[in-house]
Formats: sequence, structure tokens, C-alpha cells
Amino acid sequence: MNRLQIHDVSVVYPAAQGGAPVTALSDVKLTINQGDLVVALGASGCGKTTLLNLIAGFISPTDGYLTLGDSNIPGYPRVSLGRDIGDEVTGPGADRGVVFQKHALLPWLNVIENTEFGLKLQGVDKEKRRARAAEFLKLVGLEDFHNHKTYQLSGGMQQRVGIARALTNDPQMLLLDEPLGALDALTRESLQELLLDVWNETNKMMFFITHSVDEALLLATRLIVMSPRPGRITHEFELDFNRQFLQCRDARKVKANPEFIAMKEKVLEIIHGDEEATEND
Amino acid sequence: MTNSVSNSATDAKDSSPPLSRFLARFLKQKAAPSGSYYGEPGAGDSRLIAIVTVACIIGLWTFVTEAGLIKPLFLPSPLDVIARIGDLFQDGFSGATLTQHMAASFGRIFGSFFLACITGIPLGIAIGCSRVVRGIFDPIIEFYRPLPPLAYLPLVIIWMGIDESSKIMLIYLAMLSPIVISTRAGVGAVRIEQIQVAYSMGANSWQVVSQIITRGALPDILTGMRIAIGFGWTTLVAAEMVAAERGIGFMVLNASEFLVTDVVIAGILIIGVIAFGFDMLMRYLETKFVPWKGKN
Repeated sequence: MNRLQIHDVSVVYPAAQGGAPVTALSDVKLTINQGDLVVALGASGCGKTTLLNLIAGFISPTDGYLTLGDSNIPGYPRVSLGRDIGDEVTGPGADRGVVFQKHALLPWLNVIENTEFGLKLQGVDKEKRRARAAEFLKLVGLEDFHNHKTYQLSGGMQQRVGIARALTNDPQMLLLDEPLGALDALTRESLQELLLDVWNETNKMMFFITHSVDEALLLATRLIVMSPRPGRITHEFELDFNRQFLQCRDARKVKANPEFIAMKEKVLEIIHGDEEATEND
Repeated sequence: MTNSVSNSATDAKDSSPPLSRFLARFLKQKAAPSGSYYGEPGAGDSRLIAIVTVACIIGLWTFVTEAGLIKPLFLPSPLDVIARIGDLFQDGFSGATLTQHMAASFGRIFGSFFLACITGIPLGIAIGCSRVVRGIFDPIIEFYRPLPPLAYLPLVIIWMGIDESSKIMLIYLAMLSPIVISTRAGVGAVRIEQIQVAYSMGANSWQVVSQIITRGALPDILTGMRIAIGFGWTTLVAAEMVAAERGIGFMVLNASEFLVTDVVIAGILIIGVIAFGFDMLMRYLETKFVPWKGKN
């Protein structure tokens, strides 16, 4: 089974001029297993994005380490790191696809060229990569937009291309940094459904950051709530609202479920408590 | 009683001096014409006004010269200048036809431009991407960039002699810094997310430089090339001041020594038209190669 493990990781940003060093993350332990859709929620400054950047390999931990890999299949290339087994994460790689809030598409390439870009980098031949890219563009509902310029698309469509591009590369894990944050409410709901379908079909590990409690509860199999100063994981919940949704395909019905409402209250209370504590500092 | 009160009120309202009322009418923001937004500075098409302005200047020029108000020594008539340009193509001036002068200048400008591009663009990218390269070249380029080419012309001549190579070197140096600086600015303008996404799709550093950074910097590179060609024409005359036998700059300088004003003006017009045409070409290339500029 594939898994990502974060072992007692701390991240301290060096002091800015005249300030003290900032502890962005303190002693974070987290295991993400195959098929987990982990959603991180928390007041701003709680280190959500730092955690995602760590997993992506864009920053290195000050303390601790991350491993990614299969610890059960014999013969799998592995590194032994203390008590755990796996490949240490030391930088970005094709095994962890990233989707940002702002799409980060390449404007000089059209939609399908953007989607196949990762495979092109890896030297996959054109016919093969075109076919794969087309498959995932179809999955996100953009089969008729192959030759469009990316800057001519709406924000929701650009984000769909971003998701298709990450999937075409077939990563083990998908990292999504508020991917739906800049979209209008309706587009946002349809993309939530799309992401759940993708997750359900591919069974990939996903790490998803959001500011919306509704979104977090609807998507997550595991919800982690983080607190600022220093950034750390304070609460963790196992949820199954996404299973309920995949069965009934009705987000409003799931959100009207008393369990959902009670959970939402609980999470909001935690986050608001953190925000007040921050303001009182 | 009531009458006098209302009268004094109107008096107070109109008491501002007529000039400021006149100005206020122009300063008042008018309703936006359709197709533009209220408050957008300088909205509307100015092409017609530009054409009328140019026509007026030429008309005035023709009038004052043909009417004999200014001596041809100071300002020849545009008709004479046009006739002179025809002569220059056929008979030439100071030992070469206009075509030969133009060919000589074109060779220098585009030779230097080519050299400046093939060295300046990679250098700008390297400066933008590497701490070491930036540390080495930053002080050099920042020092010589603000120097006027005329200031280091004597040194270039001492080092390289008075033949073609010193002329090309001078124009090359004038073109190099805008290309390097714009390219470097373009590297800085590439969005970090685009670079990070590329790494997350398995790109290596070389692929990021060649396929993300260079492409992303292209709008600024083209701007730098446009500025460089402008600098090139500016420097051309200086380069052709010393030991040139052909070239439009040389032709103009030579004509001024003999007070042949119509050749001077013909040369200036030719340089102006060619430079303007090339600027248009570069703008066209921009819309063709970086249509996304300003849309992302």
C-alpha cells in the first residue's frame, strides 16, 4: 500500500529583519494512506500551505523527514529511515502532482499541450501522450476544448485543465492548494463533485487545503484541523460524508444531514477559538 | 427684499473668474463613450488626430519653404528633399549611392543586433537564474549601461582600430544592455507556480529553464529587442563618425560639413522611416509570438 508519512516535522522560517524566527510548523505527524482524501482546515497562518509545500518538496523541513512509498511490496526500492521504511522526500517529483489556487497553466501552449506537458517532459511519444491527455480532458468535461488558448477559458475551465494536467501525469498523490477558492459557488460545487469522482475512480491519495468548512466536510475522508502559532495539527476527524454524497449524488441533502450540521458546528468552534486566541495575543 | 436676496445668491454662484469656469468645462469628466469605461485615462482612438498633426507639420513646412520665408540652407522644401532622395539613389553622395549607404548601415545594425541577441538573451537568462552569474555580470553591466556610447567610443577605437569591427562593437555594446536587462526582468516575471508545477511533473532544471523560464520571459525579451534596435539607430551615427566611407550616418555627417542641408534632412527621414518600420515589425512579432501578453 502506498503511503506518505510525515515524521515529527518542524519548519522554522529564518528571522526577517528585526523579527524573531517564525515556527510555521511544529512537530507535525501525519500518515496519508492510499485512498485517503485528507483535507486541511484552519485559521490563516496555521501552516496549511507550508505543510503542502513540504509534501510537494518545495521546502525542506528544519527538523524531521517525510517518506513516500510502498512499505509492503517485497523488492520495492526502499530506504530505511529510522523505524519507518520508504523513500525520503527531498524535492518535487512526478509522483506528487500539484494544483494551485491560480491555475499556473502555460499560456503559450493550448489546452491539450498543457495537459500532456508532464508526459512530454518525461519523453513519452506524442501519440501516446495525446491519447492520455485526451482521456483526462474528457474526464473533466473539456473534450471539445483541445485547441483553445488557456487564457481564453473561464476560471473554472482553467482549473479543470489544471486538474486534468495533474492527473495525466499519473501521480501517486494529488496536492491541491485551495484549488476552488477563486471560483464562483456553482462552478465550485461542480468541481467538488468532479474531484470526488476522480478520487473515487483513481483511489489516489489526495491532500486538499481549503478555507470552506462545508467543502472540507463534504470532501474529506480525514479532516485535519490546524492551529497557528506555532502551526500544528490539533484535531483529526474520520468522516464519511463523501461516501454518502457518492451514493446519493445530492450535496444539499448531505449538508442537511444533522450529523453534518453538528460536525460543522464543532469544527467552526475550534477554528473560531483559534482566531480569538490569535487576536488576543 | 426677496428679489435682492436671490440676486446676490446668483452673483455668488457666478463670481468665479471666467477663465476658471472655462477650464472647469474641459476638466469635467464626460460620460464614457461606448466601448470604454468611465474614468479610463486617455480613452478613444487617436489615429486621426495623429494623421492630421503630421499633415499639418508637412503643410506648414511646405508653405514656409516654398514661400521663401526660410532659406534652403536652413530648411529646404520637402519637394526638394524628395527630389534629392531620388538623386541619391541614382547618383549617390560622397562616393556611394544611397542603396550602398543603406546596405552599409544595415549590415552594421543587424550584425550587431544578431550578436547582441545571441549573447544577450542567454546571458540575461543566466543572470536571472544563477546567483554566481548574477554576481559576476551585475556590476559590469550596471556600470557600463548608463554610459553614453560616445564616451567609450575612443576606447573602442584604441582597442579595435578604425575598421568595421569597432563600429559593430560600439553598436553591439549599446544594444547588449537593454537585451540583458529586459531578459533578466522577464525571468523574474515568470510565475513561481508555473516553475513549481513543472518540477512536480518531473521536469529537471534544464527543462525548467528551456521550456518554462525562456518561454515565460519571451514578452520581455521581445521588448528588450525592440528597445535595443532603437538604441542601435541612436548609436549608428556615432559609430560612423570615425573612418567610415559608407553608411547613412556617415552620409548625414558628411553632408552637414558641406552644408548640403537637403541630404541631411533626407538622411534623417530615411533613418526615421526605417526605425519606425522596424518598430512596427517588432510589435507585429509581439502579437504573433506572445499573444497572451497582458492577458494572464
